[in-house]
Amino acid sequence: MANSKNITIALVGNPNTGKTSLFNQLTGLKQKVGNYPGITVDKKQGVCQLSPELKATLVDLPGTYSINPTSLDENIVYETLVNDKNPDYPDVVVVVAEVENLKRNLFLFTQIKDLGIPTVLAINMADQMQRKGIKIDIPVLETALKTKVILVSARKKIGIDALKEILLNHQTLNTESVADVSERIHGQFFKRIQEALPHFSTYKSWLLITQQKACDFILPKEQKKIDFFKSKATKINKFQHKEAIYRYQVINEILEKTYSVNREEGTDLRAKLDRILTHKIFGYVIFAFILIVIFQSIFAWASIPMEWIDTSFARLADFSKAQLPTGKFTDLIIEGVIPGIGGIVIFVPQIAILFMFVAILEETGYMSRVVFLMDKIMRRYGMSGKSVIPLVSGTACAIPAIMSARNIESWRERLITILVVPFTTCSARIPVYAILIALIIPDKHYFGIFNLQGLTLLALYFLGFAAAISSAFLLHKILKIKNTSFFVIELPNYKIPSIKNISITVVEKTKAFVFGAGKIILAISIVLWFLASYGGKDFKNAAEIVHSQKTSVDLTDAELKQQIATYQLEHSYIGILGKSIEPAIRPLGYDWKIGIALLSSFAAREVFVGTLATIYSVADEGENTATIKERMRNEVNPITGGKRFNFASGMSLLLFYAFAMQCMGTLAIVKRETNSWKWPLLQLIGMTGLAYIFALIAFQFLK
Amino acid sequence: MLITIAQLEVGEKGIICDIALDNIPLKLLEMGCLPGKEVELLQKAPLQDPLYIRVNGSHLAIREETASQIAISKI
Ligand SMILES: Nc1nc2c(ncn2[C@@H]2O[C@H](COP(=O)(O)OP(=O)(O)OP(=O)(O)O)[C@@H](O)[C@H]2O)c(=O)[nH]1
Ligand SMILES: [Mg+2]
Repeated sequence: MANSKNITIALVGNPNTGKTSLFNQLTGLKQKVGNYPGITVDKKQGVCQLSPELKATLVDLPGTYSINPTSLDENIVYETLVNDKNPDYPDVVVVVAEVENLKRNLFLFTQIKDLGIPTVLAINMADQMQRKGIKIDIPVLETALKTKVILVSARKKIGIDALKEILLNHQTLNTESVADVSERIHGQFFKRIQEALPHFSTYKSWLLITQQKACDFILPKEQKKIDFFKSKATKINKFQHKEAIYRYQVINEILEKTYSVNREEGTDLRAKLDRILTHKIFGYVIFAFILIVIFQSIFAWASIPMEWIDTSFARLADFSKAQLPTGKFTDLIIEGVIPGIGGIVIFVPQIAILFMFVAILEETGYMSRVVFLMDKIMRRYGMSGKSVIPLVSGTACAIPAIMSARNIESWRERLITILVVPFTTCSARIPVYAILIALIIPDKHYFGIFNLQGLTLLALYFLGFAAAISSAFLLHKILKIKNTSFFVIELPNYKIPSIKNISITVVEKTKAFVFGAGKIILAISIVLWFLASYGGKDFKNAAEIVHSQKTSVDLTDAELKQQIATYQLEHSYIGILGKSIEPAIRPLGYDWKIGIALLSSFAAREVFVGTLATIYSVADEGENTATIKERMRNEVNPITGGKRFNFASGMSLLLFYAFAMQCMGTLAIVKRETNSWKWPLLQLIGMTGLAYIFALIAFQFLK
Repeated sequence: MLITIAQLEVGEKGIICDIALDNIPLKLLEMGCLPGKEVELLQKAPLQDPLYIRVNGSHLAIREETASQIAISKI
């Protein structure tokens, strides 16, 4: 529409009130939701057509209890609402509150209302009102809050259209303050602020004065005045306390007239569940049991579809070979593209299962209990109970895990968490582990349920976790940063997880993984294939050289061809590259082919298997296209005559992948989150060095 | 009797005192942990820390070091 207008709407509210669910309802987008405070740690945008003439850009913000930020995710809200030159500065704010904790939600509401931005109040989870015995007098509330108030349920899709209607008429909204703090706290002081900074609303100036960090959009002249007021620090502190108390006074008065609750039906179940789930002993037993179930299922359930995917891709390659005309392009498809994609699709079952469990734990509200259980223990290692979530979701992928550390208040605890998360066994390691375990660990069962391969995988998970914990301990001892903030977490009510939310999370995250990693893998396998299919003089004259060096006469044609192909690979560009690093990795038990896979998997670990697949299929001139596993099993070590992937070299590789920092995406995100190259470089050097040492020790002992 | 939240036993309640005001972190105030409000200690984590409290309708977990700053009168 040519003449359509565009407005910006921000969704703000306490953590866990359903902002993202509402955002998804309004925009039709699929963002991740979860019953854990701090699911959204970044801004998300979407579009909602309010009427044929009016389009709205919706901004979903992280949850916050107050506009005064104490952690990084909350800071995003502050910066969006205070800086009117910010591209996301809203024309309207929807404060998303929740029926049960309305009082606390209104605190934030009154703050935002004081900024003079048109604000509406959406009270979410209206579907729970009857069960909890809550009654709200909306018309009276509207008068008291001087704006539109609407009951919605993002889950049951109630009130969404009415909310849109209100947003459409946002220009008629009253922007008066509900709890004007300036008079009540210290009229004189606030008057002086008003006179010094006449261009800002008083409350905005007050916020700028109370924040430690300076905002970059402020002119130096204004900043000077702000700094002047800041110098009265003790007074400011007192005033902030007074402000909080005053706001709650106003809110209490309003709610007395409008809100009633028939107490304590649901709380019974909550108390009972809490007693068990956070119990001294059972609490930990249950947590450990849940982790075991997760890991066992990753190996046991996922193996069936994985087997199937593996053979399907081998068949697809055979089929394409038969159908497509022979030539360079076909070679690229069969030897580069198909194994490359197969190498990534095969992990979809495992990753999806992992994401599903994490989503269920978050949706039910169990995660916050884990934080409560683990805080004291984690503190010994310089982290916070909240570090458990990054560490557990790090088993899916380190990138979102590192971002989820944003709700840790203390910079020190947060930094240590960020630095050690990449040690946890992310899903990109699963393909490497899975194939190596299948090659070197026998498929034995104990007591009918425990599978030796599954147990090995479990041991590797523990190893990753132990590495994370011990390096955290080390960092805790050596980092000289002071802890300034304090810890608080809300323990939400238990909820039955919504299957829809969980499937959205699983599908979206798996998709992101497949496409994100898929792109890199595809690009790398194509580059690799080129490097493996071309080379210098020796490469071109391979046929003659092999003929002239022929040792025995009675070689069959096929064997001869195979020898030529191997010779060619050795003298291709990639072969030359691999050979040049071979001396450094030979003590670990690797040859130049594995070396190439190591190099290419510095971009992302999961590339390892795909790389070996590409390299072996280039070298393989046989008629049938074997699966990757078969090819690896058939590799021989020319020096010993034994298998290339035997117990010693396999263990050494497993350990290398357990420790090494091989993921450019993670390094990039650590740089962004810590705002310096120092920490990602420390990770790269420290982790890879550790990997080398462990792999070296393992191979030298086991060989 | 004046004590701090950290000295409560599980299941006991108290009222936050006015004198506690300066020691309560702003964020806790903003979450509803105000003078005059009732606090109940619902549970202690297995290692006696953090503490799981209910105050002003919110269920919160705070560390002992914070709880020991907040003066209450026991009821
Ligand atoms: N019963 C009920 N539950 C809801 C409703 N809306 C959301 N929820 C649930 O509330 C929980 C929190 O939802 P989110 O949308 O992730 O909340 P959020 O406000 O974005 O949370 P943060 O991003 O962590 O601040 C999820 O478990 C949702 O399924 C609703 O209308 N009714
Ligand atoms: Mg959210």
